Amino acid sequence: MKRLILILIVSLLATPLWAVQPDEVLADPVLEQRARDLSKGLRCLVCRNESIDESNAELARDLRLLLRERLVAGDSDTQAIDYIVDRYGEYVLLKPTTTGANWLLWLAGPLMLLVAAGMGWAFVRGRSVAAAPAEEVLSAEEQERLRRILEE
Amino acid sequence: MAAGRSGGYISGMVTELGHFALILAFMVAIVQMVVPMVGAQKRWTSWMAVAEPAAGIQFLLTAFAFAALVWAFVTSDFSLRLVTLNSHSAKPMLYKISGTWGNHEGSMLLWVLIVTLFGAMAAWFGGGLPPALKARVLAVQSAIAVAFFAFILFTSNPFLRLAVPPFDGQDLNPLLQDPGLAFHPPFLYLGYVGLSMAFSFAVAALIEGRVDAAWGRWVRPWTLAAWIFLTIGIALGSWWAYYELGWGGFWFWDPVENASFMPWLLAAALLHSAIVVEKREALKSWTILLAILAFGFSLIGTFIVRSGLLTSVHAFANDPERGVFILIILGVFTGGALTLFAARAQEMEAKGVFSVVSRESALVLNNILLAVGCFVVFFGTLWPIMAEMFFDRKLSVGAPFFNAAFTPFMVALGLALPLGAILPWKRGRLGRAVYALRYAFFLALALAILVWALQSGRSAMGPVGLFLGAWITFGAIVDLWSRTGRAGNFGRILRLPRADWGKAVAHTGLGVTMFAIAGLMAWEVEDIRVARLGEPFEVGGFTLTLEKVERVQGPNYFSTMGSVILEKGDRQVAVLNPEKREYPVSRMPTTEAAIDYRFLRDVYVVIGDRQDDGGWTVRTYIKPFANWIWAGSLLMALGGLLSLSDRRFRVAAGARQAPAGGVPAE
Repeated sequence: MKRLILILIVSLLATPLWAVQPDEVLADPVLEQRARDLSKGLRCLVCRNESIDESNAELARDLRLLLRERLVAGDSDTQAIDYIVDRYGEYVLLKPTTTGANWLLWLAGPLMLLVAAGMGWAFVRGRSVAAAPAEEVLSAEEQERLRRILEE
Repeated sequence: MAAGRSGGYISGMVTELGHFALILAFMVAIVQMVVPMVGAQKRWTSWMAVAEPAAGIQFLLTAFAFAALVWAFVTSDFSLRLVTLNSHSAKPMLYKISGTWGNHEGSMLLWVLIVTLFGAMAAWFGGGLPPALKARVLAVQSAIAVAFFAFILFTSNPFLRLAVPPFDGQDLNPLLQDPGLAFHPPFLYLGYVGLSMAFSFAVAALIEGRVDAAWGRWVRPWTLAAWIFLTIGIALGSWWAYYELGWGGFWFWDPVENASFMPWLLAAALLHSAIVVEKREALKSWTILLAILAFGFSLIGTFIVRSGLLTSVHAFANDPERGVFILIILGVFTGGALTLFAARAQEMEAKGVFSVVSRESALVLNNILLAVGCFVVFFGTLWPIMAEMFFDRKLSVGAPFFNAAFTPFMVALGLALPLGAILPWKRGRLGRAVYALRYAFFLALALAILVWALQSGRSAMGPVGLFLGAWITFGAIVDLWSRTGRAGNFGRILRLPRADWGKAVAHTGLGVTMFAIAGLMAWEVEDIRVARLGEPFEVGGFTLTLEKVERVQGPNYFSTMGSVILEKGDRQVAVLNPEKREYPVSRMPTTEAAIDYRFLRDVYVVIGDRQDDGGWTVRTYIKPFANWIWAGSLLMALGGLLSLSDRRFRVAAGARQAPAGGVPAE
């Protein structure tokens, strides 16, 4: 059932249109490649977790065309993205920026890794140090018993 | 349609009996939750003994209720609201049946059916368990069932009637009318719910205050089974997305996907840490915690999918009553178990001693990487909500974030895996492990460098993926080979315990999947164009010609079907028939990509709209190693199965078998 929602949304919006239409493709392959790469990081605003590169929605097509317009007009990648973010908000970015509270998101993994690795290391060290004597040292009596067992 | 009326009386009876059975099962579950638990505390044998028959009866009643619902779908009984909303008399039989769980109410009934199934399995096959532990496990399992029976009966009853039954139904979403997706939810649920067994064992052990090697041996088969089902379920869903959604994506980091991936990661961690409990009596409290968290994430997954919380903009199941109910279930079970854990965890004294370089430490590393990876997915999935609630920012967290933040953990896991897998228990020497793996390492490196040189100028992802895949695979071979002893006795490999084979096969599967994902992402070729009839065009070394486009009628849809001839050089490879379908009842278009599946690559063709000049939009992809992604997943599942069939689990499970006929055909 995990896709049910996605499916319903996709299907509700699925007009018989296609992600990246042939008439959208720019003549300059380098520029087109940049446009493709950038559109993979931009969200289709009316879809569920789809980039405008994948989406069939009308609005995604508008955004694709807008992005290409900016690139043809000579914008750099950052300028083109900023232009779109200015108009649609940071909701449009599939890869969140590292500004403000977002550093929490980006650092959550590395920080947790540090914590977990620290705890793991402490545990492993504890296991290797703590019990070593208990395992290796036998009392004189035990050694005597062991010797007798071995002799038998 | 006629079936609905001529069999109306019997059909109506069956449905009512099904509803009644469901209510009875709820009652039995309440008894099974309370009586054995009290019996185990007071040491009253007769009270404890209630659990076993109750678990069986509970399952049979639920199975009957479920069968009655399937029957209502099969006979198109449109007096049931659920059937009207989700079925149609002209739908193929397979999808009438799968339509039973292709909706909220039916899928929750399937959920609880599997809870009771696992309870019954534990009752029937758990002959070797100590009576008190068994009573407690079954009582906890039944408590989970009680919660979901209540959820179904009070908020999502599938047996609700319509006063005036319509002439025909509204059909199942056509995208769901697909064999891959018909069986995706049952497998996923078997996985989710299978983890409930590990949870029940963990809570029972906490109440009992005792975790030993035997506990590890009992809990591991359930975890393995759950993990196998999750692996297959996720692979099926991803494969379905690949061929059905029309652009060949196989993983989107969508919240609902993450909901199934997080329990998978934790189950993988759990089945590794349970080995340490079983063999070395260490990592006990951590393993208990993992068992609680793994099922907790299954509940979170259910909550995410069922509440629509993460999809507030366009929620399908946006029903706050249900969401709150599941949230309460989630809170009670994970909260309660974690409280119990906090109170009792200190009593789990670790026994095993091991040095810093040892299999135990390697498995600790495995657990760290899997658990932190899961945490990253969790944090990323919830971040849009947190950012909105606490920082008033409306933002998205999509695939680019997860690819960047999650992948490093899997790369580290892949790098460490062969070394960790070959280290001996208790105490090992890193130098010896590295030495044993030297050929595997250099062979994998040489392959990666070769490919790097051949592909000239593309991203490093392909070669890196190839290195990881080859390193893990060769490492698994070296691990098996090292068991032959110095004489290189090949016969000994074949006689190794199945758990060893399972380990090698599952690890190889992981390597294959890692390589395939990297290879597909790095080396895919895409072509979008307007194709004119009869005019050949080239894509990635293939020649394609759109021969004709026809209108075709299917059982419950109309289709625009193209014929594309695929040639390599002068040789015809295949004729592909991409389709665009329209389902008149639900008025929904779908795309059916045509795929030429081959060992090393797929050719994936999608047909779009007719253009004004008479051409058709055609999208063509060459997808290298696409099949390997799912082949690798199947290898992982197969490895799990091999391990599950290992002699020590069969012995541990006890020789007692279920009575013949005890398992109904459903």
